[in-house]
Amino acid sequence: MTIEDDELIKDFIVESQEHLSDVESQLLTLESQQDGIDIALVNKVFRAVHSIKGAAGFLGFEVLESLAHRGEEVLNRLRNNEMRPTNLVVNTLLKATDRLKGLLDSLETSNEQDVTEHIVALERLLNPDSGPDSGPDSGIVEIPDDESIEEATLETVPERVCDSAAQRKPTESISSVIHDAAIVSAVDSTIRVDVSLLDTLMTRVGELVLARNQIMQFTGELGNTDLLRTTQRLNLITTELQEGVMKTRMQPIGNVWSKFPRLVRDLAAICGKEVRIEMEGKATELDKTIIEAIKDPLTHLVRNTVDHGIEKPEVRRSTGKPVEGCLTLRAFHEGGQVIIDISDDGAGLNLERIKTKAIEKGLISQEQVARMQEQEIAQLIFLPGFSTAEKVSNVSGRGVGMDVVKTNIEKIGGSVDLQTRPGHGTTVKIKIPLTLAIIPALIVSCAGNRFAIPQVNLLELVRLEGEQTTKSIEWIQGAPVYRLRGRLLPLVYLRNVLKTNVASETPQDVINIVILRADDRQFGLVVDRINDTEEIVVKPLSKQLKGVAVYSGTTIMGDGKVALILDVLGLAYASQVISKMRDGALVDPNGRAKDADGEPQTLIILGTGTSRRLALPISQVARLEKISKEAIEYADHQEVVQYRGKILPLIRLASFLGLESNDTSEDDLLNVVVYNENERSFGLVIDKIIDIVETSLQLNHPSAREGLLGSVVIHDRVTDLVDLPAVIRMIDCPSLSQLTSLV
Amino acid sequence: MSTTSQSPASQLCTFYLENQMFGIDVQSVQEVIRYQQMTDIPLAPDSVCGLINLRGQIVTAIELRRRLGLPDRPEGQLPMNVVVRSDDGAVSLLVDQIGDVQESDEENFEPPPETLRGPTRQLIRGAYKMKDRLLLVLDTERVIDVTSNVD
Repeated sequence: MTIEDDELIKDFIVESQEHLSDVESQLLTLESQQDGIDIALVNKVFRAVHSIKGAAGFLGFEVLESLAHRGEEVLNRLRNNEMRPTNLVVNTLLKATDRLKGLLDSLETSNEQDVTEHIVALERLLNPDSGPDSGPDSGIVEIPDDESIEEATLETVPERVCDSAAQRKPTESISSVIHDAAIVSAVDSTIRVDVSLLDTLMTRVGELVLARNQIMQFTGELGNTDLLRTTQRLNLITTELQEGVMKTRMQPIGNVWSKFPRLVRDLAAICGKEVRIEMEGKATELDKTIIEAIKDPLTHLVRNTVDHGIEKPEVRRSTGKPVEGCLTLRAFHEGGQVIIDISDDGAGLNLERIKTKAIEKGLISQEQVARMQEQEIAQLIFLPGFSTAEKVSNVSGRGVGMDVVKTNIEKIGGSVDLQTRPGHGTTVKIKIPLTLAIIPALIVSCAGNRFAIPQVNLLELVRLEGEQTTKSIEWIQGAPVYRLRGRLLPLVYLRNVLKTNVASETPQDVINIVILRADDRQFGLVVDRINDTEEIVVKPLSKQLKGVAVYSGTTIMGDGKVALILDVLGLAYASQVISKMRDGALVDPNGRAKDADGEPQTLIILGTGTSRRLALPISQVARLEKISKEAIEYADHQEVVQYRGKILPLIRLASFLGLESNDTSEDDLLNVVVYNENERSFGLVIDKIIDIVETSLQLNHPSAREGLLGSVVIHDRVTDLVDLPAVIRMIDCPSLSQLTSLV
Repeated sequence: MSTTSQSPASQLCTFYLENQMFGIDVQSVQEVIRYQQMTDIPLAPDSVCGLINLRGQIVTAIELRRRLGLPDRPEGQLPMNVVVRSDDGAVSLLVDQIGDVQESDEENFEPPPETLRGPTRQLIRGAYKMKDRLLLVLDTERVIDVTSNVD
């Protein structure tokens, strides 16, 4: 085979694959237009199949040609309105398209492959009387027109006359000619470019950006106005060039989505469901590398939605929903990121089952689950090794699911969020960056080195001066925290994380804090100096440095020196802001559950000692009582009181937690918080009840002390959150349980 | 045992560390440059000592003395960079001094002696017996794979 032949065949494969990928979605559109099909669309499909047939014949791929030919004939009937795009017709055509794709993939052996099955199926459509599948199409006969005449006669397909063909308007052929002209011009204005060429261009532009940055720095030092002017021009052109080249790599997300209608249709058929897919923002553009990277996670999510999310028709009918489920894909730009929503109007996640499954698989403990918010439970499905599918189906549910989705998306700097409302459906929100090659970053210095922090992770900058440096940073059991608008922000000293011992460049009375976000958690990174923001060209880490989690890449700075790009998530792990386990976002390292950010809770604030404050969620409190000291009796060394005809064991909370107590109540009344658990009651004795507040809990610091969950800021005071179940567990001596079980 | 399979290099780029002569296949060497300023990499493996900007290409520098378990270079003595190609981009090996390119002579090649232990054992392919000294041939792939067998 000559080189030209090779080239021809390569072009043929690429073009045919392109044609076929369009054909699939077009056929599905046709299927939805049962009455009144779009002739222009049929023509498109027809032309695509026709050109495949023509080229295949020319190149000598007979099997391909014959299959394409039968397909073309069916399409010809469709466009002549002699056949309607029934489910059967579209199905057969889709299957034939799949087979064509298969033949293209193994072109060398395509002539030895057997496609009779598909040819017979297509012929049955053409000639319904010969098979059992005669549908509503019978009675329609064909008047062959234009180019199909010779082929039709050659293949001796039985022909009959039909009056519907006569209904075709004469203007139609003219409009289709005009349409053809439009297509030709579109072809002329585009050319096919090898992706590797674009990649090389991108790399070169990246280097140009670096050189530009360097020249700008030198120009600034020299102060020559002419040079300055030229440099500014260079700067402008470089920026435009960078944008232009980046655009060439942009692809609409619709390219990935285009295969979903078919996927959903087929899956729905397998699962016995009716699902409609709706897509908004198909034209939203993303860098090619990112498109590649999200393809699999998106497919997985769509599969999951059809398989698990949307209910069977009978279930939907019984709950008063439309029988047909709806899967919506939405893509849009927001704040320099692309957001993709995948939502359904299905049953929502079965939180109970998720709980049981998670406990069953040992991913989380019973106590942890008991204290979790609904949305937190939903997030459990992102844990590795989690799958709720009752039996493994060939659609989804192999136990490698959502965690892989999450990992893959986080790998490209994105995030996944899941919202579910039982009975109303589930929405998965994916946030991803536009491009990975050139990113805006903040340059900071620490211990004599410069580091770049990707802007996407950056929330704000705080500079502390003078006496603020000592006053605003507080320590909780050795961990530094800073109060940022009333919330405790854990601080991480970059110098400590990097274990350097070079002297700081900053004077002692200045502290620079870079506030960062990692995996929904915030923390402050203390650096020596904050330099500037800069567009940096991301270069991968060499193999030798892959194991160092706190870096995500390298870049060349304006002065030609190399700087490391910090991996914010890696930093958070390295400094234990986030625990190494994937469920770190939900559970603190001691295995105690945390309350989600921003979930308002009503807390009762208690005082003990001179200034210590404790808090309890009011949901755990049955009553607040004042009980006379004289009423205290003893049962097996345990302080108890008679309370509403029962025996109420008393727990002196302060002394129990090892805190200082300062009983100020002059009258001999005790403040008692009555707490119920599993039909048992306990009385917590405390110094004073201060307030009841509603607040969003942001548990900043897990406490090392048993019986305390951690610290929060309430009314500008650091307050310890009491872990009541833990307290009860700690005192759960046999005598006490005996005592309470009597009650 | 035939030694041909163990000494595929026909020419060796030689250099010195602690007065010991080492060599690597000249085919794998991209260039030799004098000392360059480097960016420190906190938390990096011990033998990785910095990053160099080589005409827009970021090159990781490996201190061969540390990699081979030799004492650190005396203060004030600047190393040379032997930049070698690898599947994962270029890597620079820091050495004391550069020697000549030597023709390798199959006759004089011997695998490393059994008594050679420690990290060096894994990193050396063998020795050429030169007239007045030994030339140790390094296994470049293993030398730059600092994540394995680091002591």
